[in-house]
Amino acid sequence: MLKRTIPLFITGAAGGILILAYFSPATTNWGEVVTDWMNTLAAVAFILGGGNLLFVNLEKISSKRSGWAYALVTLLAFVVTLAFGVLKIGAVPNAQFPATPWAGDYESVRAPFGWVYEYVLSPLTATMFALLAFYVASAAFRAFRAKNIEAILLLGTAFVILLGRTAAAGILTGWISPEGPFAFLRLDTMAVNIMQYVSTAGTRAVMMGIALGIAATSLRLILGIDRSYLVND
Amino acid sequence: MSTQHTQSSTTVPHGAFIRFLATMDRRWIFLAMMLAVGMPILLKLRPPESPGPLSNATFAAIEHLPAGSRVLLSFDYDPASEGELQPMANAFVHHCASKGHKLAFMALWPLGAQKANETVNTVLKPFHPEYKLGVDYCMLGYKAGNEGVIKVIVTDLLQQYSTDASGTPLGEVPMLKGVSNIQAFDLILNVSAGYPGAKEWAQYATSAYPDAFSLLVGTTGVQSNQLYPYYPTQMKGMLVAIKGAAEYEVLVNAKYGNTPAIVAAQRMMSSREGESASENASGDTPESGVPAILQEGQRRMGPQLIAHLLMVTLIVLGNVVYFATRSKGATR
Repeated sequence: MLKRTIPLFITGAAGGILILAYFSPATTNWGEVVTDWMNTLAAVAFILGGGNLLFVNLEKISSKRSGWAYALVTLLAFVVTLAFGVLKIGAVPNAQFPATPWAGDYESVRAPFGWVYEYVLSPLTATMFALLAFYVASAAFRAFRAKNIEAILLLGTAFVILLGRTAAAGILTGWISPEGPFAFLRLDTMAVNIMQYVSTAGTRAVMMGIALGIAATSLRLILGIDRSYLVND
Repeated sequence: MSTQHTQSSTTVPHGAFIRFLATMDRRWIFLAMMLAVGMPILLKLRPPESPGPLSNATFAAIEHLPAGSRVLLSFDYDPASEGELQPMANAFVHHCASKGHKLAFMALWPLGAQKANETVNTVLKPFHPEYKLGVDYCMLGYKAGNEGVIKVIVTDLLQQYSTDASGTPLGEVPMLKGVSNIQAFDLILNVSAGYPGAKEWAQYATSAYPDAFSLLVGTTGVQSNQLYPYYPTQMKGMLVAIKGAAEYEVLVNAKYGNTPAIVAAQRMMSSREGESASENASGDTPESGVPAILQEGQRRMGPQLIAHLLMVTLIVLGNVVYFATRSKGATR
């Protein structure tokens, strides 16, 4: 009984207060308190997330499931980085308080934590993102076909945006006067117009639909109609 | 390079060129993309940029603020998006510092705080040595809570940030004396790679308090579609991807790219690192006199131009293969 009632009450009260706080100045402070609790919970969620990461990967390693070596690498990277950051191992001594190791700068590249960020994490994440260019190019060659009217429209738009967002626009259509009656045919103008008007109109409609969906779902949660977040319900 | 053919050459009865395209290993495409990105970097290809309306609006919004205005910079990105966003972050900081604005750095992304530190170390400290920590700029650091952080700091900054990133109580930070919430700032500058970021700043900051401050955004190209609906009401300006950064750099550098402070800073850096007068520590060209780090967006437009041309070519070639094989199949 309590396992269901208390979570339902917390959800309803938190959601209700946040709605009230938005519309009524008298309850603004209540909204701030609830939001502050949420931020505290978000910080605590990092600890839960870390614990979950440890549990899942230790379980994978101990049962020698496929890919357990990757789990070991993940775990080692997590533990080592955490230790460097939390314990401030090798922190650069603070000029004002050289005798106090905890006052040192652990984010400097001369400290292990900063070094890991600068020379491991930063290049790895940038490399992963950069790989997208290669896969997008391959996909463009193999999958982007003018099979029907919709695909042709999509292709045309892609050409305009791809060329209009570079200096190619100036090279190809720069001779059209930006003040003249045919200015709209300049690739850079077409790219801006597509993004600012055509795309925005579609996005706005989608956003309104999403907002209505969020409002409906939130009301169902606040009123206790939707209880799917209660695992055993 | 023959292991990943999409179609066996025996089933494609066309000319040699079409047959080559139809059976081409995708690693040739990878090689072409590598060259498309690498060659312009090696050849220092830098196409001309002319600022568009969004970049002009962004520049004007910062330019028209009175000197010494308080600006809150939220770095909501990480190294994965650095390619697109770091040049605009550099240009934002350089522009604001050139105008003499007071800068407060914060982050809603865990690695955003590091990006803010990097920007301070590579742009603010070398080219604006007059800026003093606590007096002219401060580092608030990262806070967990996503849009919840914004919702709180618009009405009560101290509830989220009782100290700055180094542990100094906010009340003891000179530039934040008397600041109880971010409505005391004149401008919010957000460099955003996704959630939480520009959309949340528009929804929970400027939409809730439209008269309190202005919002300017630098964003990735992928995210820009979601943000256009907020321009120009909730966002006074927006820089979209590396193109936006390059355009904005042109505007900023035209006015603040070669100031006496920058010349002096470069001279000092050159003498410190013992480099020749023709090319100093930051690798600037002697013709422009503008440090390379402040032209990074323009430099990155070279690879982008060739890569986009390659993409267009690949799409055209892919469709040539498609129609050639389809029409041949139909006639047979």
